[in-house]
Amino acid sequence: MARGGLINRDWPLRLLSTVAILLAWQGGAMVAHSRLLPSVVDVVAAMLRETESGALPWNLGITLARVAAAFSVSLLIGSAVGIAMGRWRRLDLLLDSVITILLNLPALVVIVLIYVWFGLNEVAAIAAVALNKLPSTAVTLREGARALDPGLSEMAHSFRMPAGRVLRHVVLPQLTPYFLAASRSGLALIWKIVLVVELLGRSNGVGFQIQIYFQLFDVTMILAYTLAFILVVQAIEWLGLQPLERWITRWRR
Amino acid sequence: MAAVILQVSIAGKSFRRNGDTLPVLGPIELSLGTREIVALVGPSGCGKTTLLRIIGGLETVFEGQIRWAGGDRPRIGTVFQEPRLLPWRTVRQNLLLAQDQPDPTLADELLHALELTQFAASFPPSLSLGMARRVAIARAFAVRPDLVLLDEPFVSLDPAMAERSRELLLTAWRGRPTAALIVTHDLAEAAALADRIVLLAPRPTRVLREFVVPEADRRQGIGIGQQVAATVGSE
Repeated sequence: MARGGLINRDWPLRLLSTVAILLAWQGGAMVAHSRLLPSVVDVVAAMLRETESGALPWNLGITLARVAAAFSVSLLIGSAVGIAMGRWRRLDLLLDSVITILLNLPALVVIVLIYVWFGLNEVAAIAAVALNKLPSTAVTLREGARALDPGLSEMAHSFRMPAGRVLRHVVLPQLTPYFLAASRSGLALIWKIVLVVELLGRSNGVGFQIQIYFQLFDVTMILAYTLAFILVVQAIEWLGLQPLERWITRWRR
Repeated sequence: MAAVILQVSIAGKSFRRNGDTLPVLGPIELSLGTREIVALVGPSGCGKTTLLRIIGGLETVFEGQIRWAGGDRPRIGTVFQEPRLLPWRTVRQNLLLAQDQPDPTLADELLHALELTQFAASFPPSLSLGMARRVAIARAFAVRPDLVLLDEPFVSLDPAMAERSRELLLTAWRGRPTAALIVTHDLAEAAALADRIVLLAPRPTRVLREFVVPEADRRQGIGIGQQVAATVGSE
């Protein structure tokens, strides 16, 4: 059962692919013997060095704060817009083309335009990231709002449940799977875009560091920052999102 | 008969589908006493559910009038054909959430009366259909209703479970007698529960005949119900 605790029988299989990738990487690096393909050991050593100096935690923290801010803004506004579109057909017709345009607008264009119009500041950076994620959140939650069970709505109506209670106990629980889907894909998308935003217009964060080490052609440091970020995001997934999901869906048999 | 809670006079009701008008209900006159259980009996798909939905206020477009004793629609507890419980809330929470003000004492009393106490903390997906139906009945009574509407509450249960559930429904009702309208296609079930049986003809639904269950035979179990049903059928 995948729904067990953190430690269960799935782990050997889950780890197998990761170990295989690390071994292939280490082997390849040893064969290539090039500065452009550092070994796992070198990268981990670089990571530890940067952690000790404080540069890595500092930049990682800044990037994570931006991820969190952009994630919250896009989830909040995107889901509100999506739910409203799912419930009211007229609003759906009105906004549908806007959402389609935003969905198809390249992330880079949104980022550049927002920087040009609003300046190279923190608010513009977070807005640029949020705007990239917002349309897909809206589309996901629109599906959820369309799929609301009319039987339960009638039940709530027949018992004259107040609006707040209906939202909290009837509507939102039905939307939970859609929120979780939007969160999971959102986190992955957002942290990729945050790095681009940092690279283009911020003077700190993981994206900025990667730009510097790109100019220095220091692949070891680029991979050290990448690895650190992957570890943090995985930890959020395993220690945050997955237990949360198990708790929220505990009513399922 | 004692005080009347509800007077239904429907002239007709039709659905529109693909430009066609589909008559569902014909003229129906029906009254209900404040502590009376009336069974609406008719073949499946004859518009009984639509009639119940009009009375419950879920269907608002129809010709005619629903008149309530107090003027306004009273407090109604509805038992839908599918239990329509909130699967992500426990059995007990399902009762509390239906109430205006959470009344745990009443909720626990009803859970006890319907033999659900051991499932109070369970989530509905882990219950059998029969148990879920009982929760729905408990929920309908949990709102201290003036009128209970039940739409085929025991359909597709095995006979033993259906009989037990009927007994428990009556236990809940005796604890706090209310007006009740119960829709069923099973004449014996109707005779086992109701004071009065209203036989309905298929679409467009109209009242074929009304039959008052003899006082001595009321709520005496399904055996007596079957005998009463046999006399109704032979007349």
